[in-house]
Order: sequence, then structure tokens, then C-alpha cells
Amino acid sequence: MRAVDAIMESLTAEGVDVVFGIPGGANLPTYDALYDAGVRHVLCRHEQGAGHAAEGYAKATGRVGVALATSGPGATNLVTPIADAIMDSVPTVFLTGQVRTELLGTDGFQEADTTGITMPIVKHSIMIQDPREIPQAIHDAFHIARTGRPGPVLVDIPQDLSRADIPYAPVEDVSLPGYRPTTEGNVKQIRLAAKALVGARRPVIYAGGGVVNADAAKELRELCASDRFPVTCTVMGLGAFPAPHEQWLGMLGMHGTRSANYAIDEADLICAIGARFDDRITGKLSEFAPRAKFIHIDVDPAEISKNVPAHIPIVGDAKRVLPKLTREYRALEADSSRLDGWWERIRGWQEKHPLGYADSEDSEIKPQYMCEALYEATGGDAVITSDVGQHQMWCAQYYHFSEPRQWINSGGLGTMGFGLPSALGAQVGRPDDTVVCLAGDGSLQMTSQELATAVCERIPVKVFIMNNGYLGMVRQWQELFWDRRYSGVDMGTTPDWVKLAEAYGAAGMRCDRKEDLVETMRAAIATDGPVVLDVRVTREENCYPMIPAGQAARDMVG
Amino acid sequence: MGEPGTKEVIDLQDLQVAGGIHTGRRHILSILVENKPGVLARIAGLFARRGFNIQTLAVGPTDNPSISRITLTVDGALHPIDQVTKQLHKLVNVIKIRDLEPAETVARELALFKISADSEARAEVMQFTDIFRGKVIDVSKRSMTVEITGTDDKIEAFERMVRPFGLVEMVRTGEIAVARGRSAT
Repeated sequence: MRAVDAIMESLTAEGVDVVFGIPGGANLPTYDALYDAGVRHVLCRHEQGAGHAAEGYAKATGRVGVALATSGPGATNLVTPIADAIMDSVPTVFLTGQVRTELLGTDGFQEADTTGITMPIVKHSIMIQDPREIPQAIHDAFHIARTGRPGPVLVDIPQDLSRADIPYAPVEDVSLPGYRPTTEGNVKQIRLAAKALVGARRPVIYAGGGVVNADAAKELRELCASDRFPVTCTVMGLGAFPAPHEQWLGMLGMHGTRSANYAIDEADLICAIGARFDDRITGKLSEFAPRAKFIHIDVDPAEISKNVPAHIPIVGDAKRVLPKLTREYRALEADSSRLDGWWERIRGWQEKHPLGYADSEDSEIKPQYMCEALYEATGGDAVITSDVGQHQMWCAQYYHFSEPRQWINSGGLGTMGFGLPSALGAQVGRPDDTVVCLAGDGSLQMTSQELATAVCERIPVKVFIMNNGYLGMVRQWQELFWDRRYSGVDMGTTPDWVKLAEAYGAAGMRCDRKEDLVETMRAAIATDGPVVLDVRVTREENCYPMIPAGQAARDMVG
Repeated sequence: MGEPGTKEVIDLQDLQVAGGIHTGRRHILSILVENKPGVLARIAGLFARRGFNIQTLAVGPTDNPSISRITLTVDGALHPIDQVTKQLHKLVNVIKIRDLEPAETVARELALFKISADSEARAEVMQFTDIFRGKVIDVSKRSMTVEITGTDDKIEAFERMVRPFGLVEMVRTGEIAVARGRSAT
């Protein structure tokens, strides 16, 4: 059969039911095969949108997201989503067209060195050189994308090779002698970790996105239930542990709660699970958790002792390691009362420094209130995607995520414009759930063309814009650290989002009164099809608390 | 402290850091990789973006045509060597990495020295070459080219000896190494 038909067979064999993409010269054969392959294709309006949609699909479902693009500009437009996917460990496969092999290296029309450009930001990439390799390459790509620490894999297929006639047989084995992720965790190390937890007087469990990726939220909750361990999550881990819970300290890091950051600061033992001690968590590395010893559980051995040296490293999949740790810990029958003093100290911080803001006295909508209203209007169980900036942090603080895969955002790369396309992917993957994109007015303008995709593909996402007319987080930093010199942050009052939504064929709504907000959100959610709701919020509001970049937890402000 | 299988608890003060340590010495990493296009670029790119310095690098085939060997040396004073090897292991095309123990390793490098040497100096250069068990492989009226094989120490010692004559150029291959004894590297 044609190699492109073999690609479709391979995708189907991997369980792919939808791909996101845009056709072009070099992947015309692929699109011809797609025409009647029985795989849903979502035509995006920019390859970046297709890439983020594939990520949103993957983050919302745990399955591998797939995006297609042509050679040259199509492939280079995927660079941001690929970089985003490596930073947040999103299982994704990118299939790019390439110019004909005779043109390779000649600066042919729409030629770009796609594997070269993406080399630093892929988990792996494969350039097809012989069309008979294609079924194996596709199978390897999916295997690598979804196992171990998940990530993006790119397969670059020259146009002439994709048209070749090849024999196809389903591929079941991988041919990867250098790829064998460790998943089980060393039993002795796990026992040691259990003993250290028993010995700890001031322990904290610090969970990251790896727990969500491993589908190990249940296992995390069981570990936490084995004693009264205080728990905090990174922005990527939110939902792995239920936010309304007596052991929950709130989010950790730059815009995390004081309780979580102070607890880490005073802890004697930190158990990091699927987290990587990013600078947004540690602040000034030399002053991070100065009294603590570290258990570090991660499926990627290179993360262990990369930023913070671990005392008890455990390489393994959280889903496999945590039940063993829980069992070992329970067997030691620790005396829970040793944590009394620790909890007393934590409760003191929680009472003294609750998360809060001064609400307006009139109808003005405070951005924090908008997040609370979103929680109320959705009953706390919507899938929320966000862009990057103040709205993202406020949402992380005030939308009390209780389930994994409910909170989809760009944590590592911090990609503005991620929200809308990732919401499309999430909605396609979870058609029965309410999917809301909480967008910034700045971020949304980076990918707003995907409103056309939502309308044409009948993807009923709700886009709620936290509109303050600023690149808000940058403005906040200029206010706090650059002497209020607001340079290049005023977005003005354009576009008229209601008209823009209507121009695309979506419903447009606006709200600028606090008392109407919850009802307006409910009305938007109840509306069939995609809706854009422009919410006018306080223009200059700062996201607090905050650890200024490069400082320590004790230096928190606000 | 807290032996496995007992209920004895650990004193947290007894826990020692288990990684990220600077060894302070030079490491020879012998790396088996799949013989596929772009593998060297992946390794070089990894070193560049993680800020690791490669001191020497040698690439060649092995007895298996689908596998190549890369021998590279890294300064363990500048980088935690476990972090370097773990990052290398993440490359899917990297099959095996061995951090060769200096005492258990035979390492060799080949160097070519082009030395200014007129007829007067020639004898002395030949004498040094003999002492270092090198070979004169080319000679002209005003220069000699000498081949030296050995460890990097030996090559550097020879360089010091002949530099006063005037070193026109020096070309080094970078070290290759195998483990001592019968077992494969």
C-alpha cells in the first residue's frame, strides 16, 4: 500500500481517533490518505494552534495527542508547541511533511531542517530515509511519547517517500536498544524513604505534574491518607490532591500560599514526587528548604539531583512507586502524634496568612473574584485551560482543583496563546465535559484565529477573557521592580471581543458588573457552541502573594 | 541506621546526598550509540545547551556496523558527572555509557607534531622521538613530522619538549579507551 495509507493504519493501531493539523505541499499525500481513513481531522488555523490542541487533548485525556504540519513554515510553526510539550512532559507525536529527498539540502521551496531545528526540544525525532521504516517509526514514536517521562516525538517524512509503495504489517515490537525507562523503583530505596518519613518531624509532600502524567492521583491520596502529611503541589500538579482538604497547604512557589512556602522552608524532610525543583518553586536555590533532607521520586533519573541534591533518590513511575511506599510506611506503624507540633505551626500560618484580596466595594470585578465566580458557575468541576500570566496564577489560586486533568496550562515554557487551542483539544477529547478557557486579553490575541476552528468544527468551548487591557503580569513586575515605568504593556481597548466572536460565528457576551458575573457565566456555559465572554476586570491589580524572582520563601511579599 | 526489614527509624541527620557531586577529576566516557544520522549532533547539542564542556571527542565504528562508539572526556570538576551521564542516557540513540575508572582503563591518543627543525636540530628531535617511542613520519628541509601515541600526559610532555624548537602545528585525535581485563567496555 502507499506509505501514507500505512501511516493511517499505524495511527489507527495506536488508538488515534483525532489529529489536529493543516495541510500543505509536502504533506498532501498524508492528507489524501486522511480523506477516508476514518480518523477525525480538526483543521486548525495556524500550526501553533494545532500543536497546542494536540497538547490539550493529551493533557485532558492522558492519550497521545497528534498534530500534522507541512514542511518549512508549517513545521517551524510547531516549534512553540513542541517546546511547550517537552517542558511539561506532554505525550505528543508531530508528523511533519518534508520536501522530496532530491531537494533535501538544496534550500528547496518550503524546506527547513525540521529535525535540526527541533532537536533540542524533542524527546526524540525520526527522519524517514526509507519508506519501509515508516510503520516501525510511527510505532516507536508513540511508544517513546507515552512511556517513561512523556514528551514530544517528531517524525519527518519526505514527500516522495510518503508516496512510495510499501508492504504494511502491524508493528508490535519497538526497536529501541537505548530506550528502557525504569518504572518500578528500587525496593530498598522505597523502604529507606518510608523510614525517613517515620523519622521526620516536619515532613512535606511536594507533588508535581508527574503525578498527573502518571495517573497517580489516587496513589498520592492514599500515601497522604497513611498519615497527616502536609501536601502542596506545583502549578502543574494541581488537582492531583483535592484542594479543599485539611492536609492541603495550597500551591507552592512564586505565587503559592505562604503556608506552603513557609512549610517547605522549615521542613526537615521533603518528599518530592514527579516534580523537578523548577526555579518558580525554589526561588533562590541556596536558600531553598535549608533544613530539609530530600526524597525525590521521578521517572526521569536526570531530574534527580539536577537542581537540588537528593538524599533518597527513587527512579520510577509514581503510579508504581507510591503504593509500595504507602505499604512500607503503614507497616512501620508510625506515631502520628509526632506531627502535632508541626500542624500547630502550619495552622498558625494558615490563620495568619490566608489567601485573600480586598474585594471592590462597588460593581467592579476584581480578577480574583472572577476566578471565584468561575468556580461557582461551573460547580468546580469544569476542565479549565488557561493562558499565561496573572489570570493563570489567580486561577491556580482560586479555582480549587480537586481532580487531575482538570487544569490545563503551560507551566514550564509559559506559552501565551496556549489557552484557546488547548481548550479545543481538551473539548474534543472530553466531549461531555464543560471546557472553559480562562484567557488573558493579551494571550488570547496570540492564537485568537482558532475561534474559527471552534466554530467550523463545532467545538463548544467557552472562552472567558480576564480583560484588563494590559499585559498584566509584565505590568505588575514593572510596577514592583521597574519603578512603574509601564513600557509596552498597554493593550488598549481593541479588539471588541463581542464583535470579534460574532465575526467568527461564535456567540459574544460581555460583563462588567460583579453582581451579574456568575449568572452571565452560567448563561455562557448553557449556550450551545463556542462562546466568548469578555469580562472587564480591575485594570491594575497585582497577583499576591509573591516571591520576587531569585529570592527566598521568607522574602514573600503581599 | 534503619536497616530494611526492621522498624528501626532513620535519624534524618544520617542521610547523605546521593548525587550531583563534583568529583574533581577528568572522566573518560565510553558511549555506544546507534549508528544513525544526527546522533553526534544530538550529543554535541546536548553538551552545548546544558553548558557541559567536551574536552576531547573521538568517534568511530565498532565491530558491529549498526553501533558506533563515542569516547569523550569531561572535566568532573566543572560538572557533576552523574548529571552528564544521565542527560546523555535520555537520548534515545544512546545505548550504553561507561564512565571508565582511571585505574582500570587503558587509554591512548594519537598526536601528530609538525616541528621546525633544520639539519642541526634534527638529531635532537629524533632523540626525543625515540625516548617517547614515537615515529618520524615526514621530513623536509626545515621541518619534521612526528607521530606520538600514548596517554594525554605523555603527549603533553612531548609537546613541552619540542615546543622550544618551534611547533608549526599539532593535531590530536582525542583519547580512546578500553577497560582492562577480559570484560567488554
